[in-house]
Amino acid sequence: MSADAALAGRLAPPRHWRAWRDGLFGSPGNALITLACVVLLAWALPPLLRWAVLDAAWTGSADACRAAGGACWAFIGEKLRYILFGLYEPDRHWRPATALVLLLGFAVLAGLPRFWRPGMVPAGAAALGGAVLLLAGLPGGEPVPTDRWGGLPLTLLLAFAGMTGAFPLAVLLALGRRSGMGVVRLACVMVIEVLRGVPLIAVLYVATLLVPLMLPAGVSLDKLLRAQLAIILFVSAYMAEIVRAGLQAVPNGQYEAAKALGLGYWGTMRLVVLPQALRTVIPSLVTLGIGIFQDTTLIVVIGLFDVLNTARSSAADPQWIGFYDEAFGFAALLYLGFSVAASRYSLWLERRLTTTA
Amino acid sequence: MRSSIKGLLFAGLLGAASLGLAVPAAAGPTLDAIKARGVIKVGVGTAPGFFSPDSNGRWQGFFVDIGRALAIAVFNDPEKVQFVSASPQQRLPALQSGEFDILLSAVTQTAVRSSKLGFHFGPVVFYDGQGLLVPKKLGVNKGSELNGATVCVQTGTTGELNIADFFRQNKATFKPVVIEETAEFRKAFTSGRCDVLTQDASDLAIARTQLPSPNDYVLLPERISKEPLAPAIRYGDDQWLEIVNWVVYATIQAEEFGITQANADEFLKSDNPSIRRFLGVDPVIGEAFKLDPKVFHTIVKTLGNYGEIFERHIGKATPVGFERGYNQPWTKGGLLYSPPFR
Amino acid sequence: MRAIVTNGARAAAAWWGDHAAAQLGLLAGTVLLFAVLGANTLENMERFGIRPGFEFLHRAANFEIGESLVAYTAGDTYGRALLVGLLNTVKVAVLGCVLATALGLALGIARLSGNLLLSGIVQVYVELIRSTPLLLQLFFWSATLHALPGPRQAFQPVAGVFLCNRGVFLPALRFDPLGWDIPQLAGFNFTGGATLTPEFAALLIGLAVNAAAGIAEIVRSGVQSVPAGQWEAARALGLPRRRILRLVVLPQALRVIVPLLTSSWLSLTKNSSLAVAIGFPDLVSVINTSANQTGQALETMAILAAAYLTLSLAVSVAMNAWNRRLARRGWP
Repeated sequence: MSADAALAGRLAPPRHWRAWRDGLFGSPGNALITLACVVLLAWALPPLLRWAVLDAAWTGSADACRAAGGACWAFIGEKLRYILFGLYEPDRHWRPATALVLLLGFAVLAGLPRFWRPGMVPAGAAALGGAVLLLAGLPGGEPVPTDRWGGLPLTLLLAFAGMTGAFPLAVLLALGRRSGMGVVRLACVMVIEVLRGVPLIAVLYVATLLVPLMLPAGVSLDKLLRAQLAIILFVSAYMAEIVRAGLQAVPNGQYEAAKALGLGYWGTMRLVVLPQALRTVIPSLVTLGIGIFQDTTLIVVIGLFDVLNTARSSAADPQWIGFYDEAFGFAALLYLGFSVAASRYSLWLERRLTTTA
Repeated sequence: MRSSIKGLLFAGLLGAASLGLAVPAAAGPTLDAIKARGVIKVGVGTAPGFFSPDSNGRWQGFFVDIGRALAIAVFNDPEKVQFVSASPQQRLPALQSGEFDILLSAVTQTAVRSSKLGFHFGPVVFYDGQGLLVPKKLGVNKGSELNGATVCVQTGTTGELNIADFFRQNKATFKPVVIEETAEFRKAFTSGRCDVLTQDASDLAIARTQLPSPNDYVLLPERISKEPLAPAIRYGDDQWLEIVNWVVYATIQAEEFGITQANADEFLKSDNPSIRRFLGVDPVIGEAFKLDPKVFHTIVKTLGNYGEIFERHIGKATPVGFERGYNQPWTKGGLLYSPPFR
Repeated sequence: MRAIVTNGARAAAAWWGDHAAAQLGLLAGTVLLFAVLGANTLENMERFGIRPGFEFLHRAANFEIGESLVAYTAGDTYGRALLVGLLNTVKVAVLGCVLATALGLALGIARLSGNLLLSGIVQVYVELIRSTPLLLQLFFWSATLHALPGPRQAFQPVAGVFLCNRGVFLPALRFDPLGWDIPQLAGFNFTGGATLTPEFAALLIGLAVNAAAGIAEIVRSGVQSVPAGQWEAARALGLPRRRILRLVVLPQALRVIVPLLTSSWLSLTKNSSLAVAIGFPDLVSVINTSANQTGQALETMAILAAAYLTLSLAVSVAMNAWNRRLARRGWP
């Protein structure tokens, strides 16, 4: 009976103790499931707790850590700045820190519907440009080569620039795929399908191994820039399909009405169709963004130091050798925090958009 | 309008970024490009003791110090060097395409790399050989007793080819477990996934220190390959090659002379003409290279001689704990031999 | 005849649409761009002393590959090595999709079960998996499988099945003479029976567990997309619960589920390329080694892209066919 109720979509959390009792022990079968779950948790949680908290070493040297049976959080304390900011010079850490604040601050503002207005576009470009300049050590400082950019600011930069850079490209690809012009349509379909058909790792390999080979002798593109362009291209294909779904959701009457008003193709798209289409797909775009944020970890294969790679390489320091569990655990918590926040936001937004629509 | 503004803005941003980030690679000889850029780009890997970032994000290690010595030679400043991380898979293509000026990431000098792939190699900075690390409890004494064993080997290295050759020579079979990621690779062995860990013996020494009980494992005495690790550069710049050669020789020669970081200044007063030439008191060699006459003195004073660099990063006192072995001056029975500085 | 020609011309004109000249320009520009890039590539390859072309596929590869569906030794050609990699990718993708779907279905149903604790655990699982990078999860599974005891202390959950850090050993059916081939400890390792290496098992589990989180959500949203009225109406007809599910709810839910399932399977296939990080010799891993040993970056990358595009296309075509059938008949 309770299963049927759930199937019917009534999954709202019960507020009453009776609902809890029914939900856990409503029938003999249900009670059995509850019991099995409790046994599972009792088996899995205590050892984890012992390792992570009870037996853990919170301060002290690497040797003190090795002597303790549990996790070595002192290692994270020692390596925190390195994990967050990578190879950046320590006395200029304010730069990546400010870039981080700038990127996160803009992301939070851009997430609030009340700020969805044209002014946000140049603001976003400015935030991104500001972050790039800060990381590059400009203005008024010695330039910092991109090999030294790393850690969390790099991860966020790759994800943000990947999303914003892909956006105009994705809109063009989506419009092109629905265009009446054969060559344009064909080109867009090919770009989208090829990029969606291959793994990101392959695109990154092409960017690192093949692109230098394709440039004329004596010209080279920075490795980070190549990786960023590869990510932008990769994202744009997925985003184009999301935008296309939004375009398809716009009723035909809207196109006809715009035509009746005397608007041309671009006028129709810009003033009538795209605003409606994009609004409906914002939650999907957030989900895509979370995916890209996690996928940036793949740049480890081309030797860039994103936050997963700084965590990993922090355990290769001869003084603190081998604390991989702690390093990966810490990185997992970082990703978990960001992704959970973003997916909660996405849910909130979805509810809000459906109620105001 | 809105979208076109956005497009323009973005194009502008990207353009600005690419202007800032696009660097002309070696247009002509590498040395000219280095001098124009004001910094040497050195490709490195990640391995404790050889190259790893410390808690401050500063690269440290044996090969890293060779890179700093080169910066002293060209710019008289050990900081005018930029280390670029490259995975074993992409380090050679990256050197080819000009991403860095020299690869100091434990590359083995081989005939094919020197010919078909188009790389010059500097002097060997580290004599290594591929070794076999096995648990003592297997009771194995030499490699030929390993028929049917599971062997962990790292991809993108000569090790992958050597081990296949070795078992074929011995008409034996083995099961390779090929892993790219260094940490994963070691873990696979420590957890007992393989019977044998094969890698350059120097790396195996590092791997052994990371085992829960190092004394339960033994590094078999035989070396199944020769692994001379040498700096690699692209074809096309003889002058740069010579600087690399003689900077490495200088660290070796300094150890042979007994010149150390601590006593380098005292040696300036030496009467020995060879030492006077070497340290630039008699400026003939520096002038010949068009470098600062005191360049080798500065290198030894800043970084130490070969032995000091070795002991500081990978020697007995470090967690890596590596024996000098072949990497001793020839006067002490090793293979390190510098041509005369005259 | 004439009618056909004009029809053809009309179809062509419809295909081209407006701005034919501009489109031709675009086409020419694209061709020119690729020509320039191609010329640069050839010039650079010559400079580096690499001969363009696929001739290297016939040369001996000289490296071993840990596991293979077809016979392979280090003396075989690069072509055969790439085939081994491709088959390994297909193997992990197919098994991964089957496992992920089964697990995802079970989790989706568990999520919909009335038990609050169970659905809560599933919810936490889904959130945890979706909020961490797959690469990190693969590192975790790889470490977990390597942490199993050695062959001599192998777990034996069921007679004939052994779990140890050398992998999972299962009894295999033997045909001549008919019977079971039971794994046995011999020397360093188990022999006989069927083996899943730890790398393969880690990749398979990692991919399946990752994709299952998505599939669980797909199943849930699919079942929930069927309006409650359908249940009520079917119940009013006096149908028992199982038949309501089979005849009324699932056919409607599947229309939502199948297209989404396709994209889950496609991304699992592509994600199998992360194998290179944990040591399973998939296509990317073999391509990597080949590119590094030969310097033929262009050719190997082309093979890589072509292989994945073909795989993706194959999955899409098969799933679209199934989806059409589903739309027509309402039931697989």
